[in-house]
Amino acid sequence: MQVYMDNNATTMVDPQVLEVMLPYFSEQYGNPNSLHKFGTASHPAISKAIDQVYTAINAADADDIIFTSCATESNNWVLKSIWVDKILNGDKNHIVTTEVEHPSVLSTCKFLEEQGVKVTYLPVNEQGIVEAHTVKSFITDKTALVSVMWANNETGMIFPIKEIGDICKEKGVLFHSDGVQAVGKIPVDLQAVHVDFVSMSAHKFHGPKGIGALYIKNSQELSPLLNGGEHMGGRRSGTLNVPYIVGMGKALELATENIEEKMAAIRAKRDRLEGALLEAIPETFTVGDRDNRTPNTILISIRGVEGEGMLWDLNNGEIGASTGSACASEDLEANTVMLAIGADNELAHTGIRLSLSRFTTDEEVDYVINHFKNAVTRLRAISSSYAKVKPTPGGEVQECELHHH
Amino acid sequence: MAKNDLLGGSLWDAYSNKVTTLMNNPQHQGEITEEEASANGHKLIVADFGAESCGDAVRLYWEIDPATDKIVNSKFKSFGCGTAIASSDVMTELCIGKTVQEAVKITNIDVEMALRDDPDTPAVPPQKMHCSVMAYDVIKKAAGLYMGVDAESFEEEIIVCECARISLGTLQEVIRLNDLTTVEQITDYTKAGGFCKSCVKPGGHEDREYYLVDILEDTRKQMDQEKMAAAADAGVTGDFETMTLVQKIKAIDAVIDESVRQFLVMDGGNMEVIDIKDSDEYIDVYIRYLGACSSCSSSTTGTLYAIESTLKEKLSGKIRVLPI
Repeated sequence: MQVYMDNNATTMVDPQVLEVMLPYFSEQYGNPNSLHKFGTASHPAISKAIDQVYTAINAADADDIIFTSCATESNNWVLKSIWVDKILNGDKNHIVTTEVEHPSVLSTCKFLEEQGVKVTYLPVNEQGIVEAHTVKSFITDKTALVSVMWANNETGMIFPIKEIGDICKEKGVLFHSDGVQAVGKIPVDLQAVHVDFVSMSAHKFHGPKGIGALYIKNSQELSPLLNGGEHMGGRRSGTLNVPYIVGMGKALELATENIEEKMAAIRAKRDRLEGALLEAIPETFTVGDRDNRTPNTILISIRGVEGEGMLWDLNNGEIGASTGSACASEDLEANTVMLAIGADNELAHTGIRLSLSRFTTDEEVDYVINHFKNAVTRLRAISSSYAKVKPTPGGEVQECELHHH
Repeated sequence: MAKNDLLGGSLWDAYSNKVTTLMNNPQHQGEITEEEASANGHKLIVADFGAESCGDAVRLYWEIDPATDKIVNSKFKSFGCGTAIASSDVMTELCIGKTVQEAVKITNIDVEMALRDDPDTPAVPPQKMHCSVMAYDVIKKAAGLYMGVDAESFEEEIIVCECARISLGTLQEVIRLNDLTTVEQITDYTKAGGFCKSCVKPGGHEDREYYLVDILEDTRKQMDQEKMAAAADAGVTGDFETMTLVQKIKAIDAVIDESVRQFLVMDGGNMEVIDIKDSDEYIDVYIRYLGACSSCSSSTTGTLYAIESTLKEKLSGKIRVLPI
């Protein structure tokens, strides 16, 4: 059996999504900007996809949702445009973000720092989130933008976007959220929260790779990242990727219709998996309160079992998972999110992320539980580190207490 | 950056078959107890090295016959990635049957070589080499414990990166052998500077005697000086192809002055050397004709052939003369 448990990295394309995309590769391949019928034939499908995205996140007609190539492009677009529009020629020079953002935000911020922008990287609390009052305390009259992710890719922890949005509105500061791990996984209602920009990516919710979008509240000014033609109202040039746009619209529609039911179904499997692993394996910890996590995500630490070794054994069992720890990412640093939430250095090298999808089956969950236990048993038998600690008799469960270690 | 680098390969693909086999089935993992060793009339040594905070730690067990100092049995435990497990396993294998004095001579290179499938292909990618270094260090720790001396007494060299235990000599050698130009490359090849980063440059959490930036600069400077000296020697010995650019220009001018220019001047012309460009196939000498030569019809045929033949004969067969 092969089990894919790395759905926060990417997801399979839903067969229904693929089906609606196919005609736009072969039969209706015209350039939608052409005047002739070959081009305009795709307009209804694009229009439908736009409606699907607007509906899924409850955007207003006055808002813009611009298709991009990915969320990395969307994140770059916001940050670099704020630099051009508000910092380079204005009197503001400050961006507030967090230590646990995706590299497309952190690397862009580092780049902007080299250009003279001041960036504050906020730490997360023991639950792995940045609290609204922390954001508030770092906003100054020089702050041009606050950029805080909606949900974390490694822990799944959901950030207090409404509260942060309210603070930004009150302070008159633009607010961007990288919504990649939230859109399509949890309800995102952009009428209910104040956010100026939201980045999203189709391949995180069973759409194709290579297509994303940026939500821009009330069509406000933002210098284009790609200059060129007049595509997407001149906001993002480049010939429209029709099949992928159609796929993204359909994928988001499928992900968000009856989202509460879908979340409940995934959450049930996730909780069963998490509970079984914590119960069966002593000295094992998960990060963050289950109720405040995206319903598909577990970041689990296994005392004495280094991340890459665990990934290796899982891979030998045909299970795809991930780790942000040193060896697997070819980086020497421990898992930065785990360090940020107060895990000790050893535990920060042991984090394994299991992320489910709506296609994950009960049989797959059972398979992972079984194989995971076997892998831990093998690797702990080898472990010098585990040899030094005494396993808790009876496998006592400890959860969400990483900051105590 | 080139075509082959556009898609990064999987780290695991760079592991040798021996590494993957030992990752899955280490042959010497486990413990040796005091009781087991005593029952055989042997001494037990248990040595720890590394730190979980760096993601790698190893515990080495030696059962030693005190009459011969021979390691009769050895096992290990490891907190680390798969390559740490494989390195520890092969390190343990290498120790068995050796005396402590022999074992202490096992280096991380021996460990890595023993993991290769064939002698010319590294067993692990560069960023994983620190795992074999750790295996090497734990042996010294164990030997120190057995002999009642400090493990550092086996280390004659200056350690620059304490986390990865990389010596000054190793760093200088790696920079030279691989023509490294950045600290990032040094970290890729040796792991030095990859952990606490204190040894990278001043300003880290502890002061160091040696910093990678300085070692890199000094070694590169030495390499340049040696290169210049070699080039100067080449100039003396007339080895044109290894001369510096300036030496090449001087050598070409000398040949032209001696054997070419007088014939051009006789016809009211002249020439000058504009530039020299080296490639694998040719040494291109760019020249410009002056005076009558610049409008002479044979300047691109007979005259050019004569100049090129003379330079080829006297300096190098790779020379190609290109008038501009």
